[in-house]
Amino acid sequence: MFDPVVLKMLGRGLLESIYMTLVSTAFAYVLGLPLGIALVVTDKEGIYPKETFNWILGLIINLLRSIPFLILLIMVIPITRAIVGTTIGTNATIVPLVIAAAPFIARLVESSLKEVDKGVIEAAQSMGASTMRIIFKVMLPEARPSLVVGAAIAVTTILSYSAMAGFVAGGGLGDIAIRYGYDRYQTDIMLVTVALLVLIVQVLQEVGMKLARVSDKRK
Amino acid sequence: MKVDTPIIKIESLSKVFRGPDGDFAALEDINLEIMSGEIFGIIGMSGAGKSTLVRCINFLERPTQGTVYFDGVDLSSLTKKELYNIRRSMGMIFQQFNLLMQRNVIGNVCFPLEIAGVEKSEARKRAEELLEVVGLSDKALAYPSQLSGGQRQRVAIARALATNPKVLLCDEATSALDPATTRGVLMLLKDINKRLGITIVVITHEMRVIEEICNRVAIIDKSKIAEIGSVEEIFTRPKTAAARRLVFPEDHSFEQLPGKRCCRIVFNGNSSFEPIIAGMVLDFRQLVNILFADTKNIDGKAFGQIVIQLPENDLVANRMIEYLRAKNLAVEEVAGYV
Ligand SMILES: Nc1ncnc2c1ncn2[C@@H]1O[C@H](COP(=O)(O)OP(=O)(O)O)[C@@H](O)[C@H]1O
Ligand SMILES: [Mg+2]
Repeated sequence: MFDPVVLKMLGRGLLESIYMTLVSTAFAYVLGLPLGIALVVTDKEGIYPKETFNWILGLIINLLRSIPFLILLIMVIPITRAIVGTTIGTNATIVPLVIAAAPFIARLVESSLKEVDKGVIEAAQSMGASTMRIIFKVMLPEARPSLVVGAAIAVTTILSYSAMAGFVAGGGLGDIAIRYGYDRYQTDIMLVTVALLVLIVQVLQEVGMKLARVSDKRK
Repeated sequence: MKVDTPIIKIESLSKVFRGPDGDFAALEDINLEIMSGEIFGIIGMSGAGKSTLVRCINFLERPTQGTVYFDGVDLSSLTKKELYNIRRSMGMIFQQFNLLMQRNVIGNVCFPLEIAGVEKSEARKRAEELLEVVGLSDKALAYPSQLSGGQRQRVAIARALATNPKVLLCDEATSALDPATTRGVLMLLKDINKRLGITIVVITHEMRVIEEICNRVAIIDKSKIAEIGSVEEIFTRPKTAAARRLVFPEDHSFEQLPGKRCCRIVFNGNSSFEPIIAGMVLDFRQLVNILFADTKNIDGKAFGQIVIQLPENDLVANRMIEYLRAKNLAVEEVAGYV
C-alpha cells in the first residue's frame, strides 16, 4: 500500500488538513475573539453592561453552536459558493469551519476572560482606565495562559471538524479516509490517516499546554 | 502639614442596591469632610458599608443620592473622560492587593502611568523611584507570585502613588497581613503622609489600625455614620453603642457578675509583683470582685494577701483557682465574706 503514489497523497492530505485548520482557526479567532470579549464586557456584571445586547448575542451563539457540523456544512453551501466560488476543496471547507468554530471560540474566550480577578479590573478602574484599556491591558494579558489553552482546544476541535468535511469532498486527511476507507474498503489507508490525525492533535495539544505553562507568571 | 480645607466632601450621600429580592440601602445619609493632609479612618463591622463608601469617593460606585466633592469638584458633573482623569489624583489599595499577576513588579508600577499616557522611559524612571520609596528596588523584576503579602502591598502602594495622587484610599489594606507586616505597612503609609503630604483614607474593621495611624475617625454602623471625631476622643469617650462595641469589642462578655464563692490569695514572695488579678480577668473575660487587699512589693516580689469574689459559674471559678495556683500562689476558698 505504501507505494510512492499513496505516500504522496497522504503527504498532500496532511498539508491540506494543516492548512485548513490553521487558516480556519485564524479567521475563526478574528470573529470569535471580539465576540467572546463582547460577551464578558456587556454581561450584567461586566465593565460595560448591556443586558439586552448580551442576551441576543448569547442566543445567536448558542443557536449556531447547536447545529451539528455536518448539517452546517450543507446549510452554508450557498454562502461558500458566494465567497469562494466553489463548494469542494480545502478553501471551500474553510467557510463552514469558520462559521462553526467562531461561536465555539467566543465561548472559550468568554470563559477565559471570566477567570480574570475582578479586583484587578477594579484596580485598573480606580486608576482611570477606560473600558478599552481594561480589555487590552488587563483582561487579555491576565487571561493569557487560559487563552492559550483555549486556543489549543480550538485548533484541535477545528482539525477534527475539518476531517468531517471529507464527506463533501472537502480535501485533507478526512477526505482521503472517506474515499479509501469508506468508499473502497481500503481500511489500512484509513487507519493511517486516523493515526496522522491523532498525531497532529497530540502535538498541538502538547505545544499549547507547554506554551500556557511557560507564559504563566503565577507560579 | 496644613490641615484645613476639605479635599473630600460628602454630602447626604445614599447608595441603594437594587436586587431581585428588594432594595438594600448600603449607605444612608452620609456626611463627611476629609481634610487635606490628614489620615482619616473609617471603621465599622463587616457589611457596614465601608467598601461601598470608599468606592463612592472615586465614583467606582455611583451614589444613588447626594454629592461627592473632590478638591471642590462635584464628581457627578464630570464627563467620563474627566472622571478618568480625576481618578488619577486618587490612588487606591485593596485587601487582596489586586496586582497584575502576569506583569512583574516594575510593570505593575508602570501600569497606571501607561494608562495616563506617560512616556515609557519616564514611567520607568518614576517607577524605580517609587520602588525605592517602598523599599523594594531589588524586587523590580520579580513577579507578584514570588512576593510575600507585605511586599505585594508595598508594590500596590508604589503603584497607587505613581500618578502623584492627592489622596490614597486604602480599603482594608492590612486585613490580609499578619500583625508585624501590618505594622510595617502602616508605618509606610504614615511616612508617605508625612513626607509627600498625601491625604490618606483608611478603611478597616480593626481598631488597632485606626489607633496606630489615624488623626480622625468616622464610625460607620449599619449603613450610617454613627460618630465622627478625633481618634483620642472616640477612644476615651465613645458616645454611641456602635463606637463602644468597636472600642471595647469584648464588652458583652463581662456581663456575668461575681457569685457567692470567695477565695483568699496569699502572696509569699514566690511570685513576682505583676497585675495577676487584672491579667486573669482579661484572660477569662470574667469579672471578679476584690473584697480585700493588702500587698507589698518588695524587691519586685509580691507579699501579702487579696480576697476576691469569684464568678457565679462554678466551672470558671474552679479554673480561676487553678490558674492562680499555676502562678505559684497559695489559694484557699473562704466563706462568710458575702
Ligand atoms: N454590588 C452590590 N450589590 C448588592 N449589594 C451590595 C453590593 N455591594 C455591596 N452590597 C451590600 O452592601 C453591604 C455593604 O457592603 P460593603 O460596603 O462591602 O461592606 P463592608 O466593606 O463594610 O464590609 C453588604 O450588605 C453588601 O452585601
Ligand atoms: Mg469591605
